[in-house]
Order: sequence, then C-alpha cells, then structure tokens
Amino acid sequence: MTRRRNTSEMSLLYTFCFFLYLSSSLFLSSSAFQSDELLQDDEEFGLEGGLPARPSPDLDYIKNPILSPPIPHQTTRKSSISDHDSDSKVQFSLEHAFGDSDFSPAGTFTARLKTWSHGGQTLTKLRFSRNSFTDTDKENFKKLLDDDDFYRIRVPSNVLSPPGKDYIMSSVKARCLPRDGLDEHFVIHMESVNILAVNYGSPGACPYPRSFKLPAKWSFNSHTVLRNSEQAPRAPAFVEDIILGGENAEGEGVPPPERSFWAKYWMYLIPLGLIVMNAVTQAMNMPEEQAAGSQTQPSAAQRAPPAAVRRR
Amino acid sequence: MAMVIRVFLFLLVSFYAIPSFAIYEDQVGLMDWHQKYIGKVKQAVFHTQKAGRKRVVVSTEENVIASLDLRRGDIFWRHVLGSNDIIDEFDIAFGKYVVTLSSGGSILRAWNLPDGQMVWESYLQGSMPSKSFLCIPANLKIGKDNILLVFGRGCLHAVSSIDGDVIWRKELASESLEIKQVIQPLDSDIISAVGFVGSSQFVTYQIDAKSGHVLKHTSENFPGGFSGELSFVSNDMLVALDTTRSTLVSISFGDGVTSFHQTSISDLVESSSGMATILPSKFTGMVAIRINSVVVFVRVTGVDKLEVVEKINYPAAVSDPLSFSEGQQAFAFVQNGESKIDITVKHANDWNKNLLKESIEMDQQRGNVEKIFINNYIRTDRTYGFRALIVMEDHSLLLLQQGEIVWSREDGLASIIDMTTSELPVEKEGVSVAKVEHSLFEWLKGHMLKLKGTLMLASPDDIVAIQGMRLKSSEKNKMTRDHNGFRKLLIVLTRAGKLFALHTGDGRVVWSLLLPTFRRSEACPNPTGLNMYQWQVPHHHAMDENPSVLIVGRCGLGSDASGVLSFVDSYTGQELNSLNLAHSIEHIIPLPFTDSTEQRLHLLIDANKRAYLYPRTPEALNICQLELSNIYWYLIEADKDIIRGHALQKTCNLEMPDEYCFNTRELWSIIFPSDSEKIIATERRKSNEVVHTQAKIVDHDAMFKYVSKNLLFVATVSPKGAGEIGSATPEESSLVVYLLDTITGRILHRVTHHASQGPVHAVFSENWVVYHYFNLKAHRYEMSVIEIYDQSRADNKDVWKLILGKHNLTSPISSYSRPEVMVKSQSYFFTHSVKAMAVSLTAKGITSKQLLIGTIGDQVLALDKRFLDPRRTLNPTQAEKEEGIIPLSDSLPIIPQSYVTHSLQVEGLRSIVTIPTKLESTSLVFSYGVDLFFTRIAPSRIYDSLTEDFSYALLLLTIVALIAAIFVTWVLSEKKELREKWR
Repeated sequence: MTRRRNTSEMSLLYTFCFFLYLSSSLFLSSSAFQSDELLQDDEEFGLEGGLPARPSPDLDYIKNPILSPPIPHQTTRKSSISDHDSDSKVQFSLEHAFGDSDFSPAGTFTARLKTWSHGGQTLTKLRFSRNSFTDTDKENFKKLLDDDDFYRIRVPSNVLSPPGKDYIMSSVKARCLPRDGLDEHFVIHMESVNILAVNYGSPGACPYPRSFKLPAKWSFNSHTVLRNSEQAPRAPAFVEDIILGGENAEGEGVPPPERSFWAKYWMYLIPLGLIVMNAVTQAMNMPEEQAAGSQTQPSAAQRAPPAAVRRR
Repeated sequence: MAMVIRVFLFLLVSFYAIPSFAIYEDQVGLMDWHQKYIGKVKQAVFHTQKAGRKRVVVSTEENVIASLDLRRGDIFWRHVLGSNDIIDEFDIAFGKYVVTLSSGGSILRAWNLPDGQMVWESYLQGSMPSKSFLCIPANLKIGKDNILLVFGRGCLHAVSSIDGDVIWRKELASESLEIKQVIQPLDSDIISAVGFVGSSQFVTYQIDAKSGHVLKHTSENFPGGFSGELSFVSNDMLVALDTTRSTLVSISFGDGVTSFHQTSISDLVESSSGMATILPSKFTGMVAIRINSVVVFVRVTGVDKLEVVEKINYPAAVSDPLSFSEGQQAFAFVQNGESKIDITVKHANDWNKNLLKESIEMDQQRGNVEKIFINNYIRTDRTYGFRALIVMEDHSLLLLQQGEIVWSREDGLASIIDMTTSELPVEKEGVSVAKVEHSLFEWLKGHMLKLKGTLMLASPDDIVAIQGMRLKSSEKNKMTRDHNGFRKLLIVLTRAGKLFALHTGDGRVVWSLLLPTFRRSEACPNPTGLNMYQWQVPHHHAMDENPSVLIVGRCGLGSDASGVLSFVDSYTGQELNSLNLAHSIEHIIPLPFTDSTEQRLHLLIDANKRAYLYPRTPEALNICQLELSNIYWYLIEADKDIIRGHALQKTCNLEMPDEYCFNTRELWSIIFPSDSEKIIATERRKSNEVVHTQAKIVDHDAMFKYVSKNLLFVATVSPKGAGEIGSATPEESSLVVYLLDTITGRILHRVTHHASQGPVHAVFSENWVVYHYFNLKAHRYEMSVIEIYDQSRADNKDVWKLILGKHNLTSPISSYSRPEVMVKSQSYFFTHSVKAMAVSLTAKGITSKQLLIGTIGDQVLALDKRFLDPRRTLNPTQAEKEEGIIPLSDSLPIIPQSYVTHSLQVEGLRSIVTIPTKLESTSLVFSYGVDLFFTRIAPSRIYDSLTEDFSYALLLLTIVALIAAIFVTWVLSEKKELREKWR
C-alpha cells in the first residue's frame, strides 16, 4: 500500500519539481516518505547572475585563464576539513567555452561541506554566482547561436582538490538557452566530495528544429540542483508477509460470492436452459409423431407435395 | 476445505496464466540443433595399444579435456574446465587414468580413461608462480603405490596415483630460480631437476624419489648466459642456447660434475643467420633447432660431438618422437604445399629412409598445418603403419591415415567471437515446388504416416519413420527464403579468423572462408578479429544482389594497432574486398543510413579519436555531411572509469588531407571517482529492436515509455567489490547503476544497491533494464528491474487536445530538452548465477518478452518478463490482475519446463543471440560457447500460425469424409423417400 502511495507522490513531486524551490521547506515538512531523500538533498536556487555590484573575493583571479581556479579555492576555504563536526565552506568554479575555444572562468559555486561523524562528507546549500558576459563573450555567443554550435561548460571533478581526476564537461546547443534572458539548469551529481557528472541544459524543452533567437537581456537565470545517489528498494524479503498477505487475499476473496447467482453461473445456465428446452420440445413432439405414425397414409400424402417441390 | 479448494483453484489459474514452453519428447531436434565441439587441440595422447576402443585424448585451448573415438572422431567423453582453469599438461597414466595438471600447476586431477569420471582431484600448494609440468615415471613405486611427479608453483610434488595424496613436497623456489625440467631415469630412485638461476647459472638437484630429500645440489656459472631454452639428449646431458641464440651449449651434468661446451650454430650450419630456437620435441641423442624457416637436426653423441644430420626446409610442424618398437623412434613433419600437404615420417636412427611419405589433398580453407601428432599401428602385412592427427590453421582437427582424411572436426566453431545473420536467397522462378516435394505420392505417403501417428495406429516402425521424416524434413533445410523467416544463415567469425555460414535448419556449414586478410603475414603479424557488421542488405534488389558482411579486425593486440577490413558475400562466401587501414580502430559505429546501393555507412573511430567514414564514396560523404550535426558517439574508458561523449567536426587535421575523416570534439564527460566506483558492466538497447506500443496502461491510465535508442546502462562497483564474490564484506562493497543519455551525458537515473557486488549481467530492451548481481547481505543473487517512463508526454492523454491537434506527439524529440522521467524498480532473488543474458526479439515487438538466462549449468532458461514487473504487489487488485500482474514473491521462479535447451548443455556458454523472424510470435535463439545450440521460441505461444506437425491430410480426409457422408445420406434419403412414395 505504501508503495503505491509513494509512487503517486513521486509523480506529483516530479511534476512540480520545477516550482519546488519556491516552497521547498514547506513541502519537505509535509512529506514523510523515505524515497523523498532525493529531493531533500536537492536545493534549488534561482539566482540572477551577473550583478555588477556583487562583491566577489576572487574577481581578480577570474580574469586569469584556466590556471587560476585552484588558487581562489585554497584562499577562500574558511575552515579546514579536519574540523569534523563543523560545516566548512567550499568554493569551486565553473568555466565555459564557446564552440572550440579555450575554457575561461564563468562563475563560482559556493556550498557548505558537511562532515559526518562516520567520515562521510556531503555538500549542501549550493549557491551559484554567475559572472556576466563580457562584450567578447556576447559576440562569441551570438556566433554560436548563428552556427547552432555548442556552448560548453566544465567543473572540477573533485571540489576539494580541483580539478581532481579530470574536469567534468557538459555542453548544450547554444540555441537551447535563450528565452527572456539566458535560462540554464544545472544538475550536479555528487558522490561525497566528487562530482560525477553535470547535466547542463535549458530548464524546459528545446524542440528540435532549433530556431535562432537572441536573448532579450544578457543575464543568466540559473537553477542549480545538487543530487546524491538514491537507495535501491530492497528485494522483498518476507515470510510472515506472505501469510498475512494470504489472509488478506482471502479476505478480499470473500466479496465475489456477493454477486448474484445468475451473474456467476450464467455461462452454465444458458446451455442448460437450451438443453432443457430442447428436451421439452422433443418430449412434446414425441407423442404427436407417435400419433402421426399410426396414421401414416395421410401424413405421407401431406408431406409429398413439398418433397416434390424440393426435387425440382 | 473451502480454502483448500480455493487455493488449488488459484494455483491452477495462475499456472494457466503463465504459459509453459516445454516441448514433448518427440519434438526434440525438430526445430533445434546442438553441436558439440572441443576447441583447438593443444596436446594429444593416443591410447591404442591393448584397448578395445581406440581413442585419442586431447586437451584444447578452450580448456577442454576430451577422449575422441579414433575411428570416427566422435566424442567419447569430455570435460570443460573453467575459463581460468587452463590445462598445462596431461598424460595417460598406467593405461587407466588421464591425469591433468591445470591452473598454473596447482590443480591435479585424475580421470578414468574409459568413461571420463573423475577419480580424484588434489590441490597442490606452492609459493610462487612458475613453469609447471607433469612427469609420470613408468615404475617408480613407494610401497605398492605408483607415484606421479608434478612440478608446479615452485614445488616438486610426489603424488600418489591411487588417491591423489601428496606423499612429499620439495620446495625448489628461491630468488630467480627457474626449474626447467625434471627427469627420472628408468629403474632409478633418483630424480634430477635442472634449471637456471638468473640467466647465467645452471643448477641441478638430485632428489631421492622415496623421501624427497635433496641428495646433491650443484651450481655452475656460465659466463655467456642462457636464453632459457633447453633440450635433453640423454639422462645426463642436455643442450641449451646462449643469450645471443647463436651458440649451442651442451651441458653434461652426470655425477655432480657439470661441464659446458659451446658450439657455434654457424659452424654447424653454413650460411645460417638469425635467431635459433630449440624445438620442444624430446628426441634421444638429438636436438632439433629452428633457424628462420629451416629446422636442423643435430645429433649429440658427446659433450663436444655435435653433427648435423638433416636440414628440412619450411616444415610447418614437427611431431614428438614416437617409439614404435624396441628402441626405435620415429617422428613426423609436415610441409605445406599448394592445396595439399606432405607428411613425412622418418626413422630417428636411420635418416636415409622414410618410413612414410604421403601427400594429401587439403581444402585451402583450412589453411596451414599448425601441429602434428603421430601414432603407429600394425598393418595387415605385419609392418608398421602410421596415422597422424593434425591441427590446422582454422583450428580444425583431422586424422590422416593411408593418404586420406579419415575424419575431420570443425573445432574452430568452439571459439566464436561474433556473429550476424543473413537472409537466404529469394526463391527464383523455375525452381518448382514439385521438385522440392519430390512427388505427390511421396508427399501423400508422408502425410498418411503422420495421420496414422495421430490416430495412434502407427506401428513402432512407422513411428521411427515419422520421427526420421520430421527430423530431415526438406522444408526446413531448403536454401531459399521462407515465408516465416525461419530459414536464415548464421554467419559466425571464429578466433582463427575463419567465417562459417551455418544453416538455421540443421546447423550444417553452408560455406566457410579462412579470411586471407586475417592470416598471419609480415604486414600484419598478429591479426585478431573484432566484430562483424551487416554491410549491405539489399531489399530493392534482393533478387539479383547478394548481401554482404563487414568484418573488422586489428593487426595487433593493442587498440592502437592498425585496422583491417574485409567484405564478404553472404551467399557465396567469397571475399569481395579487403582493406588494410592506415589508422587504428577503437570503436565502430554503424550509422542508420544507407547509400543508393544499400550499403550501410559506418564510422570507424581510431585511437586519436578521429572518425573515418566507410564506404569511401562521394555519395556516402554527402549523406554523412547532411547528418553530421546529429551524429554523436561516446566512448567508455573502462580502465580509467570515464565515459566521454563526442560530436563530429567537419574536417580532419591530418598531414594528408582526407575528406572522409572527421575530427571529433568532446561534449560531455562522466568521471567516476576512482576510490569509490569502477565500471563493471554497460549495456544498451539493440539497434534493431522494434517497439510496438509507446504507451502502457497502468491502472486504467496511459503511461508513456521513455523509448530512446540513446540510453546506456552503466553499473559500477566499489573497487574492493570488483573481485570475486566473497572478497569484500557487505560494508565495503556497493553497486551503483546509472541510466545515461548518451547524447547529452545526462544521468536520468542513479541508484545504489548497498552490500552488493558484481559480476553484473544486464539486458536493455524497450524502456526497461534487468540486471543480475550478488547481494552480500542476503548471500543470494538478485535481479532488479528498472522501467523508465516519460512524463513530458503524459498530458497527451487528453482526447480533446488530440482532436484539436494541440499535442506534441509528432514533434521530434530532442535530447536537449530537459527530460521528465519517472522510474519504477523492484528487486527479486534469483537462485542461479548467470553466464549470459538476452531478451527475445520479435519482428514487430508485439509479442511479450522473455528473458533468456544462461545459467551456471550451461543451460538457457526462459523467464517471462512479467515476473520482473516493478508493479507486482502482494495483493494485486482486480484491475491489476486483469492486466496480468503476478502476485509479488521474493524470488523468481525457475520452472524446469522453461529451459529452452531442454536436457542439453551448451558447454562453456558465452553468449545468447536472439533473432526476430517474420512470424511475429516467434524468435530464433542461437547460443554459443564451446558448443552451439539453436532453437526457436514463441514467448506467447504460436498464435499466428499452425504448428509444423499439423496434419493437413487429416483435415483433407475429414472434409472428404464429410462430403462423402453428405452424398451418401442424400442418396439414402432419396431412396427412402422414393420407397415411401411407392408404398
């Protein structure tokens, strides 16, 4: 029973996933199911990126090319990871490329690193600040829109020691992004402090014949989701349940007799009725034929004309 | 009481609801066939003296030990050892046991020679991996017990031949000590073991055979150094090669004194240059050396007395010497000629005389001779005759005697790499049906017999005749396309680089081709076949054009070796074309486009991630240019645990401009952290799968399946859990499965199974994945199902929208839209471990699916997909029952009748392939390993045709009888009427 309620609840959640960030805290308090873990960890923030007045501590570095990310990262982490109970702040940068160009910094993710007592580490409260497009960026992006080419982003695969094994890359056709502004949607799949994958794209549909459309304003509307792995449902190990279930099945098995006798056995009753009727008619005919048999002559005379007709 | 009846009724209903697929005993072999093979023979030992049934015992590269009938080549018995239990050596001991040493000298087994039953098995302990060998002394006894000497893993063992107990063990392992040979001189209790320490020290051990004590140990330094090869010429003398491989070193070590003597090979053989190798054949008083393509036999009579007795040019193989009468030795060598082979048997003591010289016609498709084993027999005129067992390049095994091939076995079919299918030719005008059906009389006779069988009037002879007729019904073996699509050609590629076309009717080889491109040559030293693809499947010109297949291979073992392509006609088996590529082949992508001649376009990705288009025609290039922006591909770097997605670019930066080459650009990457996840399995949908219904009715509501060809299933496991089951504790190992979109790299679903580990086997079909893994907490195997549904199309259910045309059903689906998916999953316990998994495939995808599971017992089990439905609940509601949902149980049932292999075993099962037929209800199943097995399955029973043994004669007879009855009764009634009128 719980399973079914669960799935319907799940579908509801999926449908309203997009609007969830508006009322996330309220909703979470109302949901009480285990499988909602997925969304408990999800924290979505829509941030208007590219605010020029926003004070960014690593603004100096951002203008530097690729080599810079490790440096701001080390400087900005406020407390060391060895603080086992406390939450420390972690920062990692997003880099972008237009078509085949080199990667350059495009924004910063900030999150809290929670260290659990059993040694696990997870990121929570992810925030994202997007740098605004410079004029060259705009030109480049326009060119991408023109060619229907890829807008590519990348993040380090390990947030504590970037870039980790390698950079995680993701890309989208540039024409999928422009709406009113530039709408983007990040789903970051995490495994403790490692990023497995980033799903990057537009928050909605991107119908295939992609039309050329310039954004009305050059600011990003970013949505970010942090996602950890779900637990698989266990194999149903039940012995008692079967017995219980059996009793329940029996309980449910009782209602059918409430159907009327006719509804249950009509398929037997109709042939039976036909047979009975047949027998009755035969029984009715028997005496007549016997009676007819005694006076054969007239009956033969009576039957002769139709036979003659038939032979013609 | 009422409850009992209800339960019984319920069971009855539930069993009727699940169709069982068992066949009757007399239907075995009607539509299935089974072929037994053994693989390429490594070693053969004849057993002909004093034996009622003459046999030869062989061990093969497929780890099979088998006893073959020497008269006909049939298998008396065979055992397939595990895939990592490689047979090192075997021998026949004391005329009644076959003793095998396997797994690098750690497992010793004795089998009963007549029937192949295992007598004993013992595990030998040892400290370090080393060369391993078996030595069976003729009469070395401890008490009444004959002993076997086994060297393996750095230890010399004396093993009792009665029960396999280790009598004594002597460790001969130290740093860089390598024991090369153990010999036991006849009638002596002293065993000598010789070997090298490092490359320059020669050591001998004299060991007491009764106790295992080292009696004497010598060590002598040789400044020149040894290459490691040696050959005994007598019990106290051997010949070795020095490090330069240009000097023979004869070593005498009798009585604890070791002396060396060097002889330069160029002194022995004039004008010889190049590296020499010593052949492993054990001649007495002689050593055989191969220099380039010449084999030189050198007689050694003393430490410094070496003389060349014979030079043989271009021998393909030299046999071991065979002693056939008192102190007489013979050996054989083979030379390859044009379409024939020459066998020469020579007297080892008398070089001038040939005991036998025969030349035998040989099918060119068998290639060159690779190995020869000889055996002698006594002819009717009391002279010695010789027979030879030869192993060919295509791994086939032949017995030659009196200049003829007595029997041959196509054992290349035991090592199939890849397979594909081809339709048979369309039946052309002019080939009349009557010719095939012989004559009307025959046809009628056959049906009369069948009728007798149906009416249970048949005598035992008739039953035999009916069975025989059914088995070799000409209908299923015809070489033309049939209406139902049951007759096809299975084209298989074997490890030897040979193609076979097998007929699905009875499994006979229609044609075979040893691919010239895949033969060893100087340009291509180590050719290996990789895959097969359908290159050209003519539909428009099916009458006058033949389909062809593409075989892709590499010239070396690494993925950076240059590639080779071969194109073969599927009907005739002729190689149409072949290409030696300049680039390597890392990945092959068959594109869903064909050109005007219906050749399929293929993209070959090389190690530098450049894509090359084939066929190289301007037309293909045009098609490809048009679709260039929609071609994506991905590469799984399993060793680095990274999956990367790529797109194509327009040009290629090579020194040589090549317009058929495209650069690629990385679009996305998924990097699994190396400390917690390791890729162990990936699976994707079959490209030829057809999905009939896009939606599924769930609780009177339509759910749209997320049907995408670009889904990839990936399973990763913690590095600790990547080993064998039991190597990790439940806390250490967890299994994570992913569903990815391979265009954008999006993770659509990700789920962790704690306390689980591989091996993972998975099948992906339509919108579901089923995978099999081990649950460490429950100590059982589990199977899970994931079904994925598309939520973005859910609002299409509104009828009004459909009417008003406001639906998005016809718009193309783009991977760049954010998917709204819903996932349902469930897990069940499953009893067996699994070797391979597949799913039934039908022409239109209407028929319900069956999972085909290759079990550990090498059988194929059919399991209805309905058992793996994530919507199964304990108490399905009435509506769910109507949809055919089975009540939930914690484990999946194994119904003995649902084994599609019935009583047979497909030994060494590696893969199961399903092929759709034109008849929607039926799908063909081909499973292969060491054996081949083919059958037809109908997952929802055959609902669209009459069964093959349907008696048309009975139908005809019934109609005739009815018509006759009508006439008779009519006449009778007429008469009666007339009589009554006259009365």
